[in-house]
Amino acid sequence: MNFQQLWRYQDQLVEGTLITLALTLIAACAGLVIGLLGAALLRSGSRPVRLAIRSYIEIIRNTPSLIQIFLIFFVLPSFGLKLPAFEAAAVALSLYFGAYAIEIVRAGLESIPPSQIEAGQCLGLTRWQVFRHVVLPPALRNVYPAFTSQFTLLLLGTSLASQVAAGELFHAGSFIESRTYRSFEVYAVICAIYFAMVMAFKAVFAAIGLLTFRWPVRR
Amino acid sequence: MRSFSLIDLVSLVYALQWTVLLVLLALAFGAPLALLLATARTSRFAALRWLAAAVIQLIQGVPLLGLLFFFYFGMPVFLDLQVPALVAVGIAYTLYTAGFLGDIWRGGIQAVKPAQWEAGACLGLSSWQQFRHIIGPQALRLSLPPTVGFLVQLIKGTSLASIVGFVELARAGQVASAATFQPLLTYSVVAAIYFALCLPLTLWSRSLEARLNGAR
Repeated sequence: MNFQQLWRYQDQLVEGTLITLALTLIAACAGLVIGLLGAALLRSGSRPVRLAIRSYIEIIRNTPSLIQIFLIFFVLPSFGLKLPAFEAAAVALSLYFGAYAIEIVRAGLESIPPSQIEAGQCLGLTRWQVFRHVVLPPALRNVYPAFTSQFTLLLLGTSLASQVAAGELFHAGSFIESRTYRSFEVYAVICAIYFAMVMAFKAVFAAIGLLTFRWPVRR
Repeated sequence: MRSFSLIDLVSLVYALQWTVLLVLLALAFGAPLALLLATARTSRFAALRWLAAAVIQLIQGVPLLGLLFFFYFGMPVFLDLQVPALVAVGIAYTLYTAGFLGDIWRGGIQAVKPAQWEAGACLGLSSWQQFRHIIGPQALRLSLPPTVGFLVQLIKGTSLASIVGFVELARAGQVASAATFQPLLTYSVVAAIYFALCLPLTLWSRSLEARLNGAR
């Protein structure tokens, strides 16, 4: 084992880490928007719209994300839309995260008993006020753990973008490997960086959770 | 250049058996390990609990792709001998399965009320008998839906073995796509095969969950 040679490539490692973080955050934000819109449409949309959203969710959740990334990257050009690797991976991962986000948001909204909504209406709150003050806070609290673990899976899943050369951490790893031939050492370091990122996000999410959801609940 | 034909379809279906083999291998070796991790995670001894928690966290905190490469390139370094790709890949999927299933089953065991253990102890059962006859069956029932859900994740995960050159369904798809220059058709067929494999399991998991919720 020889980790010394890797030291020269720290710039690549840092850049790869930053691109991984960017990819994760873009997909998480775009996926969350898809999740909110999708869940809203599932509740109030017409039958064909609901059917379309349900099929979208099932297709994404029951096919490997590697194939999804390949489909976006290799197939879109034949329709005249040529996306660079990073953008293609971002689109594929957003669609991937969106499907799970819809389910998470839906589960959160369904976890609020209708009587609680009626109680809000009885107090004379408008529809928006009921949603904002009665439904949203407890719903968010209920699905916060599911959201954070899905976020972790997304962060780890961005490693698949290396297969279309999106320049993120895992791709940086294969670049360094091709220069040093230190395969094992390179991937051990890459794994360690992913692990550090996951632990850091866990700590941040735990802190946010503690600060945001401070009101007591009776179960 | 040739177009996507029956031969390609046959090669995809043929490669499917390697996907299935990987899944069975991961389950056969991963499930016992997962049971061990789950019991260690809920054991009376703090050291065991910490150790199991650390192992689970480590496996869940690293990309599956990283796990695959780590063992694919690491086996020669650790053992100083070249192992077949199937062994290295099998070890990675075994640990992946153990890490995730171990956590799921830990949740199942902890969801059974502690009073049930005490009731077993009052009847004079040993700790193993308590687990075997009282806690285990209830935990199994509770954790069956997420276990089936993980199976879907595992099937999808086997597509990553293609990256270390293992010719399973996803790799056969890449080969056919490169030979025919018809990525849309090829990858759609590959996706459809995965979909046909995973959707029944997803639906099964959902119906199990609904049935269990009704029973409580």
